[in-house]
Amino acid sequence: MKTITEIEQEIIDEFAIYDDWMDKYEYIIELGKDLPLISEKKKTDDKLIKGCQSRVWVNAEKQDGKMIFTADSDAIITKGIIGLLIRVLSHQSPEDVAKSELNFIKEIGLQEHLSPTRSNGLVSMIQQMKLAAIKQSVL
Amino acid sequence: MEKVAFDIEKIRSQFPILHRQINGKQLVYFDNGATSQKPQVVIDRITHYYAQENANIHRGVHTLSQEATTAYEEARIGIQRYLGAQHSHEIIFTKGTTDSINLVAFSFGELLEPGDEIIISAMEHHSNIVPWQMLCERKGCILKFIPMSTKGELEMDTYTDLLCEKTKLVAITHVSNALGTVNDIDLIIKTAHHVGAKVLIDGAQSIQHMPVNVADLDCDFYAFSGHKLFGPTGIGVLYGKEALFNAMPPYQGGGDMIKEVTLEKTTYNSLPHKFEAGTPNIAGGIGLGAAFEYLNSLDMEAVQEHEKELLDYATEQLKTIHGIQFYGEATEKVSVVSFLVEGTHPYDVGTLLDKMGIAVRTGHHCTQPIMDFYKIPGTIRASFAFYNTKAEVDIFIKALQRAVDMLK
Repeated sequence: MKTITEIEQEIIDEFAIYDDWMDKYEYIIELGKDLPLISEKKKTDDKLIKGCQSRVWVNAEKQDGKMIFTADSDAIITKGIIGLLIRVLSHQSPEDVAKSELNFIKEIGLQEHLSPTRSNGLVSMIQQMKLAAIKQSVL
Repeated sequence: MEKVAFDIEKIRSQFPILHRQINGKQLVYFDNGATSQKPQVVIDRITHYYAQENANIHRGVHTLSQEATTAYEEARIGIQRYLGAQHSHEIIFTKGTTDSINLVAFSFGELLEPGDEIIISAMEHHSNIVPWQMLCERKGCILKFIPMSTKGELEMDTYTDLLCEKTKLVAITHVSNALGTVNDIDLIIKTAHHVGAKVLIDGAQSIQHMPVNVADLDCDFYAFSGHKLFGPTGIGVLYGKEALFNAMPPYQGGGDMIKEVTLEKTTYNSLPHKFEAGTPNIAGGIGLGAAFEYLNSLDMEAVQEHEKELLDYATEQLKTIHGIQFYGEATEKVSVVSFLVEGTHPYDVGTLLDKMGIAVRTGHHCTQPIMDFYKIPGTIRASFAFYNTKAEVDIFIKALQRAVDMLK
């Protein structure tokens, strides 16, 4: 299994081929469309993060000592970025998830989606993922 | 200032930010409902205040303090004249519309009794809902709502049914920020006065689009924000009738609002100072005065005509986008168009438009009850000011089509 840093680097390399914003967003939109991320029955209100702009559902579980994340959003770009976050953080140990810095977001030029003014639920989602990991690592 | 003919190029040259590039593209600013851009004269006036006149007001004997006080009070008089208010002390400087409404909810609210009724509408911004809910909780008053139709117009028959001798206040938006609807506030005010209720008009979205005369309207309160009418942020106005303001207790305590203070008892200053505790936003007030002078220099009829043209043109052009759904189709509208495109989420559309240099608002526009009414999470809103052009609408439509193609 690759480490968080290795997967982050892999994503950075993938994005390096896109010179223009349009190609980059087309790729993110494809990621968003491709991923059925969470089962409908898990899209309950307690898993819902209400952003002002888009809604995000996140579910965290531990299996065989690793964190497993599933999530979804009603906005496709948000969903695409969620897909990237899950690719980086899912199947990692709770300790590694908790201390991850997720620098790849900035590296691939998607930092604006984590700005508080976006209020798309992504910032809260990352907090929830890390909180779940911290809870699991102390259990 | 002398009135000049409506010359769009000249007007655009007065707003420096309109010449900025965003993401490598010429900015198209269609988020005027959230805040408007500032003409150079307003920016210069604020700079001049800080560079040459800065001093605290109403209390210094020195020259600077007197100059700053004069500039601040002249701004108040300018606003009084623009609004057609009887007295300049009926113009209270606040932080903005929200602050103005909270002032009334607290201070006028102190005069209310349990069981008294307040009427608002289904299309209010959160800032004209929450202060009344808080007042009702504090004083045991009852909040009632005028419903709206799917077109986004208030149901006036229900309004007259709601009015009764228990109604103490009707607080209604002049123009809906999310839908653009212009409400018939003349009728709302007249019918409310018939049962002895007072009326507050939330003018945050109207005063930048149309002439407003508080004496003709005969409203009891009129609230608006400076930043939405080409002035600075952090400054707004509450107009209120003198007799009413005199009957109301102060909102906040502090400097400037007092006549005499002993450790036991304070007597309050007269209007407008009674409602302006502490050092005010002096630069903001003076900047707002400059914004009103700028508005005075415009031919308001030509402005309205231009904005109407933009609205009609944008609405027609948007109809060419497959799957478009409009929200807010009132007969009387300002230059605001709220919509969704089938199969796309407003957040995604807004993000892609931004990449193409276009600023629109997406989301619930702080009007969650309206979004609940239509059972949608939010809309995309393009709101135009007089400095926008049809050419910008064309760019916007092309960009929107491109965004929709990418998302579908």
